[in-house]
Amino acid sequence: MNETFNPRDWAGQPAYIAPDYKSTPLRGPTKPLIPLPQSLSEITGPVYGHESVTGDDADLTRNGRRNGEPLGERIIVTGRVFGDDGRPLPNTLLEIWQANAGGRYVHKSDQHDAPLDPNFLGGGRCVTDANGVYRFLTIKPGAYPWGNHHNAWRPNHIHFSLFGPSLMTRLVTQMYFPGDPLLALDPIFLATPAETRHLLIADFSLDATESGYALGYKFDIVLRGRHATPMEA
Amino acid sequence: MALRQTPSQTVGPYFAYGLTPEQYGYDLASIAGGDMAPPDVEGQHIRVEGRVFDGNNAVIPDALIEIWQADSLGRYAHPSDPRGSNATFKGFGRCGTGTDKQSRFIFDTVKPGAIDTEQAPHLNVIVTMRGMLLHAYTRIYFADEPANATDKVLGLVPADRRHTLIAQPIGGNAYRFDIHMQGPDETVFFDI
Repeated sequence: MNETFNPRDWAGQPAYIAPDYKSTPLRGPTKPLIPLPQSLSEITGPVYGHESVTGDDADLTRNGRRNGEPLGERIIVTGRVFGDDGRPLPNTLLEIWQANAGGRYVHKSDQHDAPLDPNFLGGGRCVTDANGVYRFLTIKPGAYPWGNHHNAWRPNHIHFSLFGPSLMTRLVTQMYFPGDPLLALDPIFLATPAETRHLLIADFSLDATESGYALGYKFDIVLRGRHATPMEA
Repeated sequence: MALRQTPSQTVGPYFAYGLTPEQYGYDLASIAGGDMAPPDVEGQHIRVEGRVFDGNNAVIPDALIEIWQADSLGRYAHPSDPRGSNATFKGFGRCGTGTDKQSRFIFDTVKPGAIDTEQAPHLNVIVTMRGMLLHAYTRIYFADEPANATDKVLGLVPADRRHTLIAQPIGGNAYRFDIHMQGPDETVFFDI
């Protein structure tokens, strides 16, 4: 009766402990996970749809303005959200956060010596339409240094958070940009199995580009999908 | 399966202004916080608090904890639960460990009812942080629930690890639930 969801694609996910990413060895679980049958607790999940998004939430070039426009290169980031069964997921919340054009987060604990932009917050959200399409307008984030190893720099990226239709479909990930030379050096990106890394990189899209205004990038997101044959009740 | 699932990446150290902006004092509305149940929500109002420890037993001040739970009658506010739910209770909470002096997460909520006859009242928990490339799931049960003895999920857990899933009363309406990412008391995490 209740629909179930396809299992997590463990072969395509990064491991909890990835020694080159030096915060993982003391923070990832070390004992095997215990498999749970899917009950109502797992099949259900937080419901956040259109009512969660207001005004300029999806336009990061506007939602942090104080006295002018944010600096940097305007970009459009758009795509579709699917289940792995190929079905688009409508009315699904996406939350994003990112550095500004100079590679600085507004976060109080970011000590990188790059300028803050008084007109850019870097946080936003939007909801997919009936076809599973989302669209953000933002500023291309800059690269920034981090303390993982000598001369370590994170590639340009935007953080994404989605719930999807159930507790099991929760996804927190990062979107990268095509052609970034830092990808080949980044322990976080490289912790992903080689066969699925490309799924984290957006495509430049002339179709998504707005003439005279902003370059467009397409980034589709695939969550765990609904299982084809319903489990017996 | 027609499509490959998008890989997870770490939430990183700077999630606060995107996911928990109000808690951390950023100028964006939060969709959810640690205060999950306004006073008019039916049920036994409780507080659940705890800290997250790494493999050196150091307290982690940049973890993000999310709670998903049924209402006091065991109903989820989700279309797959045919019983519906208390309209004023969404059942979702979110709290970072970076604003409390003791690096606690704190949830003010109502004690969930049992969702069926096989499971004792519990909170579903998502744990994530810088240094985790993929979130982890656990559950919080309550030490004062007799139904724990026959809970089918606790029954899947080796007896010597079950205590890692049980919140202990600490006086008043509060329960304590610490999360150990590693070590002899490593919290049980589930593949759901």
